[in-house]
Amino acid sequence: MRQITGNKLLVRALKEEGVDTIFGYPGACTIDISDELYKQNDIRVILPRHEQALVHEADAYARTTGKVGVCLVTSGPGATNLVTGLATANYDSVPLVCFTGQVARHLIGNDAFQEVDIVGITRSITKYGVTVRRREDLGRIIKEAFYIARTGRPGPVLIDLPKDVMGELGSAEYPKTVNIRGYKPNTSVHMGQLKRAIKMLKKAERPLFLAGGGVNIARANSVFTEVVDKTNVPVVTTIMGRGAIPTNHPLFIGNLGMHGAYAANMAVSECDLLFSIGTRFNDRITGKLHAFAPKAQIVHIDIDTASISRNIHVDVPIVADALEAVTKMNEYVEPCETEEWMKQIKQWKEEHPLTMKNRAQMGPKDIIDEMNRQFDDAIIVADVGQHQMFVAQYAEITEKKQLIMSGGLGTMGYGFPGAIGAKLGNPDKTVIAVSGDGGMQMNIQEFATAVLEELPLILCVFNNEYLGMVRQWQKLFYGKRYGMTNLRAGALYRRTNGEQMPEYTPDFVKLAESYGAKGIRVTKKEEIAAAFEAAKKNEKVPTLIEFIIDPEELVYPMVKPDGTLEDMIMDC
Amino acid sequence: MDNNMKKRWISLYVENQVGVLSKISGLFSGKSYNLDSLTVGTTEDPTVSRMTIATVSDDETFEQIKKQLNRMVEVIKVIDFTDIFVRMKEILYVKVFKCTPADKVEVFQIAETFKAKVIDYGRDSVLVEFVQTATKNDAVVKLMKEEFKTIEVVRGGSVGIESISMMER
Repeated sequence: MRQITGNKLLVRALKEEGVDTIFGYPGACTIDISDELYKQNDIRVILPRHEQALVHEADAYARTTGKVGVCLVTSGPGATNLVTGLATANYDSVPLVCFTGQVARHLIGNDAFQEVDIVGITRSITKYGVTVRRREDLGRIIKEAFYIARTGRPGPVLIDLPKDVMGELGSAEYPKTVNIRGYKPNTSVHMGQLKRAIKMLKKAERPLFLAGGGVNIARANSVFTEVVDKTNVPVVTTIMGRGAIPTNHPLFIGNLGMHGAYAANMAVSECDLLFSIGTRFNDRITGKLHAFAPKAQIVHIDIDTASISRNIHVDVPIVADALEAVTKMNEYVEPCETEEWMKQIKQWKEEHPLTMKNRAQMGPKDIIDEMNRQFDDAIIVADVGQHQMFVAQYAEITEKKQLIMSGGLGTMGYGFPGAIGAKLGNPDKTVIAVSGDGGMQMNIQEFATAVLEELPLILCVFNNEYLGMVRQWQKLFYGKRYGMTNLRAGALYRRTNGEQMPEYTPDFVKLAESYGAKGIRVTKKEEIAAAFEAAKKNEKVPTLIEFIIDPEELVYPMVKPDGTLEDMIMDC
Repeated sequence: MDNNMKKRWISLYVENQVGVLSKISGLFSGKSYNLDSLTVGTTEDPTVSRMTIATVSDDETFEQIKKQLNRMVEVIKVIDFTDIFVRMKEILYVKVFKCTPADKVEVFQIAETFKAKVIDYGRDSVLVEFVQTATKNDAVVKLMKEEFKTIEVVRGGSVGIESISMMER
């Protein structure tokens, strides 16, 4: 039988798995794999400029295509640079297969050059991780990795590849089937439980759907919308669930949680049945646990048993894939009497609509409103911070739009590489990144990747010269002591009391131009529309639009830290 | 959430692979679960190891522990020993130092009472081996500490297996 090296088998396996794009950064331990990839044309190899950006790119690629994102990095620092991205993907249930180089087997444990125990380091932030110790296991392990990554609750899988194992000759066969005795994900719905839940929905006087990221991951949005239409039951979403039904749908109330809409948080507090799908009741959405949905019975559908009844006591637990569950629901649900309930919700909406003070100065909402007007077929990638919350509150996510962000881990620096990954996976869609001046600088080197791959991204930077979200807490709860959040602070600032500063640090427009991208600076409301129009015309290069924002703009409402959902600060 | 805080036992079938023990113990430390004792050894199938884990936890946390273990790829099966008949024993070695003749007599009496074996003997020290439930071993350790000035204790952690007949622990 013909024998091939592990390196060749890896490339063959990628093709069999239908991988069309791989995000890779080379090094001594993976140079042979780079060589095999060089010899073929089926898999496109993207070279980001930092491994952290690399894994975010693969992550966003996966989130926006539904395929498994694939990373290849070298041993040691290449591998450790994946850590933040793996944790990001793990929290948000993103399917990734990450190959890390490793020193040869006889060197493992010797503190060899660029040797780290990456499987050990990432054990608690991956769904599965393994070092390939025998050449004959390689095919099976890769096959299992893709299967584990994409099934059940998706997640990142790490495969560590010692250089000598990869150079060894062995079978050219790539297995066709998988059988892992300890891993049998269950997706089918327990119909008895589901029917019980549906009965409760019908009986409830103030029923409420809570949709989390699981609805989006399972691509259950359109069926879920049908269920909502049939039942007339209103919907709140987590920020990861935004878009589970179109945000302009009359039954959509808003996001719940720390920066949720007033009406949404009130609806959760007053409902008598909370029918939740694909959420893990994270502390940012529940507020104080004992006071969360105090009047409601709770139904919880989730693919992960361990997410059910962990934070919140659940009355009807249902372990199932969201799409399967919602599809089955669609067969059985009946219209519910929700007129009175909707009236109440409408009243809450009118009492405290989700809005920002209309000032003469340009505010975040003005920018996002314009974005809503100009783009109805787009992927929006948010970074982390105030701008992320503004986007989560105001961005309209309708059928042809998708919003992605680092929701669970809250990883600053996700936005820009996320946009690159999204665009590579969806060349026909407009991809807009929204970042702050802090997050943008965490992966700014990716301009090189974006420019050379000719990606016409629209990169919005909300620049307020501060790390705004932390500053917001300092303003509200720390007596306006802005420790560590002033992005202009330093010796010059201290010496001149902030009076003799360079105009910009950095000058984002010049920075973009230095990479060969376009840069536009917007300081007034009237310039917003034109800036987006100009960006749309740049078909082969990314456009950075820097919006100069007042740091005093805060995200409201805000549930007080450790407060209950009803305890919201509306404005100050 | 302090309801029903008590010691509970789980038996696990896991893949006999590098890193699995670390992953299981890492789950307990990472999620702040109490890990009272953990024993592991291979089974009749050399690719499978079996663990017996003792943990002090409340009802909710215990449910979480079982779910978290179940979702691990390397965990083949989780058996909750709470409501089933099991045989479960722990080995305990107690070495008593600086024994007076009267102490030695007492050690032998304790050994006889607990059906333990005196397995080694020196001029002024005695080594006793107890094979009984961990709870009984707790009692023995407490007693020996009270009775003798200097003792050395080594415990093996519980190992358990389901009963064939309806036997008590």
